[in-house]
Amino acid sequence: MSTATLFGLCGAVLVGLGLYGLICHAGALRRILAFNLIGSGVFLLFGVVARRGAAAGFGGDPVPQALVITGLVVAFAATVLAVALALRLAQARDAEAEPVAGAERAPGSGP
Amino acid sequence: MSAVTLIDLALALLVLGLAAWVLATATVFRAAVGFVAYGLLLALVWVRLGSVDVALTEAALGGGLTGLLLLGAAARVTSGESEAGQPPWALRLLVGLLCAGVTVGLAAVVLLLPEPSPSLASATAASLPATGVGNPVTAVLLAFRAIDTLGESIVLVLALVGLWSLAPDRAWDGRPGSLPKVPPTGALTLLAQLLPPFGILVGIHLLWVGADHPGGKFQGATVLAAMWVLVLIAGLREPPRVTSRPLRWVAVAGSLLFVAIGLGGMGWAEAFLAYPDGLAKPLIIVIEVGLTLSVAAILGLLVAGPPAESTGRAADR
Repeated sequence: MSTATLFGLCGAVLVGLGLYGLICHAGALRRILAFNLIGSGVFLLFGVVARRGAAAGFGGDPVPQALVITGLVVAFAATVLAVALALRLAQARDAEAEPVAGAERAPGSGP
Repeated sequence: MSAVTLIDLALALLVLGLAAWVLATATVFRAAVGFVAYGLLLALVWVRLGSVDVALTEAALGGGLTGLLLLGAAARVTSGESEAGQPPWALRLLVGLLCAGVTVGLAAVVLLLPEPSPSLASATAASLPATGVGNPVTAVLLAFRAIDTLGESIVLVLALVGLWSLAPDRAWDGRPGSLPKVPPTGALTLLAQLLPPFGILVGIHLLWVGADHPGGKFQGATVLAAMWVLVLIAGLREPPRVTSRPLRWVAVAGSLLFVAIGLGGMGWAEAFLAYPDGLAKPLIIVIEVGLTLSVAAILGLLVAGPPAESTGRAADR
């Protein structure tokens, strides 16, 4: 078994683990973490394809590598948005929990 | 391709163990800490896979900035977030079996990949001299698949718009307020004063060598953004108001420049995003520098969060 195959199998397990966490966890932040695990597993599969495509003196096929770099940045942007939505949701819940004070205090001033 | 070494095996097992820890540990905060370590180990995996460019991005973005974001968020939702309410064990078992099925399917795909593997490496190598760039990954990102990179820079702008849109109305002209408020201590202040000059140099170095060696604008921009965030966390500078016009221009300048050069390609070359002969390298450098500034600003602003309640209403429109 080659190094690439080993990490490919690692990526496959990561996707399974992340999927399980995404479905079975109740907390929003934990689900976002689980989703990132799925993402990194998929990226690793790309890495395996890149590694196996090594040719022309390159350590790997540069096209999948570039796709992964693009994917990492987009995944970060999506994570930021998801985390912000989860935090806003928690703020809205907190504001509901304290009905009188919630009208006075700005939602942005939460802990 | 080398045979599996003991180090590779240990690395794979550590990565999987940390992933399981992230899912199973008791509190979200501990899970976020585990995720930072996971991101760093994953960067090592990328080095072992021969993708140093990806490893740099993963370490800076996946481990560093995502970790900071999640740690901050985990610290803020200690109360509201309920971790209870897992589905009954029978359902979890079923889900576990189905997820194992997905893993088995993917593993089969990995084991049955065609031999010899299809690859665009030779095609990239053949066209590399025309771009004047030595690093094939940079050439793919900014010449052969420039449209992906353009789309991605626009996605970052949209993410920022989306993030800011989550602010309550009354907080609109405020400053980003998600960064942890830490009491100023001597050590943190000293670090925030000493590290940024070196960090900025490293960021610019990564950008500059990215043409011929591992590195590039995303890696450089992430380091620059991290330096900015460090200064903000230490309280040496206030984050800028989101209504600030210069700030918004910096955020969109990279994408606008990219689109303008792309449109120019329809005139002086034959297609959108095509570069004229001999001018490819200078144009790529111009785009990279512009994008680095914008991406660094956007990454920093994304970590800094949506505007929070403003303290003074003297808005600088």
